[in-house]
Amino acid sequence: MKLVLSEEQQFLKDTAKNFAAERTPVNHFRSLRDNADPVLWDKDIWQEMVALGWSGILIPEDFGGSNFGIAGISVILQECAKTLTPSPLFATAVLGAYAITQFGTKKQKEKYLPQIVNGKITTAVAVDESSHHNPINSEMKASIKDDKYVLEGKKTFVVDGASADLLIVLVRTSGNPGDETGLSLFIVDSNEEGISKIKLDMADSRNYANIIFSNVSVSKDQLLGDAESGGETIERILDIGRIAMSAEMLGNAEAAFETTLEYLKQRKQFGVLIGTFQALQHRAAEMFCELELTKSSVMAAMHGADENSNELQRLASLAKTIAGETLHLVSNEAIQMHGGIGVTDEYDVGFFLKRSRVAEQIFGSSKFHTERYANLSGF
Amino acid sequence: MSELDNFRQEVKDWLKENCPSSMQNGADPKTPVDEVWGGRKAVYKNPDSKIWLERMGSKGWTMPTVSKEYGGGGLSKDEVKILNEEMFMIGAKAPLLSFGIWMLAPVLLEYGTEEQKKEHLPKIIKGEIRWCQGYSEPGSGSDLASLATKAEDMGDHFLVNGQKVWTSYADKADWIFALVRTGPKEPKHDGISFLLIDMETPGVSTKPITLISGKSPFCETFFDNVKASKDNLIGELNAGWAIAKALLQHERAFISNFGLAAAMGSGKDLVSIAKKHVGEENGKISNSFYRSEIATHKIKEHAFGLTLKRAGDEGGKASATASMFKLYGTEHNKKRHELMVSAMGVDGVAWDGDEFDKEDKDLTRAWLRTKGNSLEGGTSEVQLNVISKRVLGLPS
Repeated sequence: MKLVLSEEQQFLKDTAKNFAAERTPVNHFRSLRDNADPVLWDKDIWQEMVALGWSGILIPEDFGGSNFGIAGISVILQECAKTLTPSPLFATAVLGAYAITQFGTKKQKEKYLPQIVNGKITTAVAVDESSHHNPINSEMKASIKDDKYVLEGKKTFVVDGASADLLIVLVRTSGNPGDETGLSLFIVDSNEEGISKIKLDMADSRNYANIIFSNVSVSKDQLLGDAESGGETIERILDIGRIAMSAEMLGNAEAAFETTLEYLKQRKQFGVLIGTFQALQHRAAEMFCELELTKSSVMAAMHGADENSNELQRLASLAKTIAGETLHLVSNEAIQMHGGIGVTDEYDVGFFLKRSRVAEQIFGSSKFHTERYANLSGF
Repeated sequence: MSELDNFRQEVKDWLKENCPSSMQNGADPKTPVDEVWGGRKAVYKNPDSKIWLERMGSKGWTMPTVSKEYGGGGLSKDEVKILNEEMFMIGAKAPLLSFGIWMLAPVLLEYGTEEQKKEHLPKIIKGEIRWCQGYSEPGSGSDLASLATKAEDMGDHFLVNGQKVWTSYADKADWIFALVRTGPKEPKHDGISFLLIDMETPGVSTKPITLISGKSPFCETFFDNVKASKDNLIGELNAGWAIAKALLQHERAFISNFGLAAAMGSGKDLVSIAKKHVGEENGKISNSFYRSEIATHKIKEHAFGLTLKRAGDEGGKASATASMFKLYGTEHNKKRHELMVSAMGVDGVAWDGDEFDKEDKDLTRAWLRTKGNSLEGGTSEVQLNVISKRVLGLPS
């Protein structure tokens, strides 16, 4: 594995960088928030992304995608995150596209993948049921009745859940919360009778929902992967999501750092630039180093995913931990180094702090992944 | 067969013929092991160490990329990769550890005259001359450019007077590469020259320094009316600071790699120490505070290792990031030792006597020695200064 970008990946990164700068500067996000947009991403912007082929990056050419891989979509997320671009890229182009491409039946792929590529549908993955990510604690049940499954229960903190057309739901078909076995995944139309979505207002002003399933009847061919194999399948999907989210968090951190560095070179106090103060210089240098470590970890994880590394789980936990810690540090320091304006709503840097803390929770915090890393490393 | 395949075969054959079995994997564990630094005063516990050095040195394979006219191996990058792979396959010992190779040779290649390269490089490569570094002075640590050891122009030679400190292995070295003040009236950075001095010259003396770890390779080095030949001035007069900085980059890269290599290759694994001394339950370190701190550290080291790899894969950007590698390599090494010592409990602070295992006592001293890692070759704070000014462009 070489820890560099291919020409193709570099091209995607450059395209995304230009797109974010021209089409979705931070003010784009700000106006969605200020207008209390119900979806919190812009449908026209999403169609522009679709036109660029981003919805199909993980989808094979047979279904209209480009199959450019995890690294390809990760660098796009990283660049879009620099301006806090909200979009269905993560939940649809990464999670939904990956899950169905890798684990769907031929019929499911034929039905859903072209619609994802064309931007006709968006997806969401519903895993968590409490305030802490922990898939094996899933309690929500699917019981068999008349050759069908009946879903009953509640999923929380579903990314893009407020608007997704298609839900991939982790449920328990046997056993008890905490068991690694007995889990299954279903693909469910979110307009199915018995499904209600409760939009969540989170600190980062993005699209999340709690979703209640009340006596929702689904057929067996809506299983994603084999029944009872959902535990392993979801871990794989989650790891890809964790890597992509790490790339996004890296982009957030890079932008917050960049803005702060510029500020240190402009702001004067006591008649001198504050960037001349060693107390700030050393902290800036430390952030630079942490960002370098984060870049390497994300790079190794995304290439590891594309190369099917047997280290994938460890690399995903490494990336999510480091990205989480770095963004945490940088977003705090960005505020502190900006001084008073850093805590005003008018100034953008606070958005990065809010985004940081919510993104940390998506598919496991640094604490969750440090523990997982230790388990996977045999201690 | 391609040329590289031919070369691989040649290397295999040559190693089979020339690498003594006690210098390879599977050597009799009772054979004494030398840390080979070469030089005029070298002593060998195992005669094979000397043979192995001579053979590798005469091939020029201790510096395989240097051209043959200077005594190097004249190999291409691909050939060096093959040589390293084949040596790795048989577990061949490094034939020579050398400040000459790690620090001086790269700057000689860049700044030396043709005569200087031909004079000094072959002896470095063959391990005939052992070098030490004369940079720091009692009054010039982090503020290295304030150094005061002076070299006066006496017409046909320089007359050197002053004192260096933290000279690693000065008592065992044959020559010293030193920074000296040749322009006392110039601004401090513009009055420094880079001078090579034979340690056998009358007036040179050394005195070892004992560290908190109980011993050390460091010395004080004194120059009392020492005559140094003008032929041994590297670069222009008063233009030594640029050379000094270039050499520091090589030194920092070396120190950080060394720290990492120590972590990767060390038999002292943090996790197994913790499992042994703290306890183990279902394969987990039983105290969750130790476990969490160790996991956090392991993750950091993993990310750092990947960053070194990325720098290599990107190629050529090492100088911008050498300070970061020096900073993190040494800080991680300190942290790892802190964790090992802490996990070992009382055994981790054993000092002497028969009640403790040698391994435990060695670790205590190794831990104390790591405190110097973030001082030598530029302190961690100096590295942070370099990063903030040169990499981030923050104002002075």
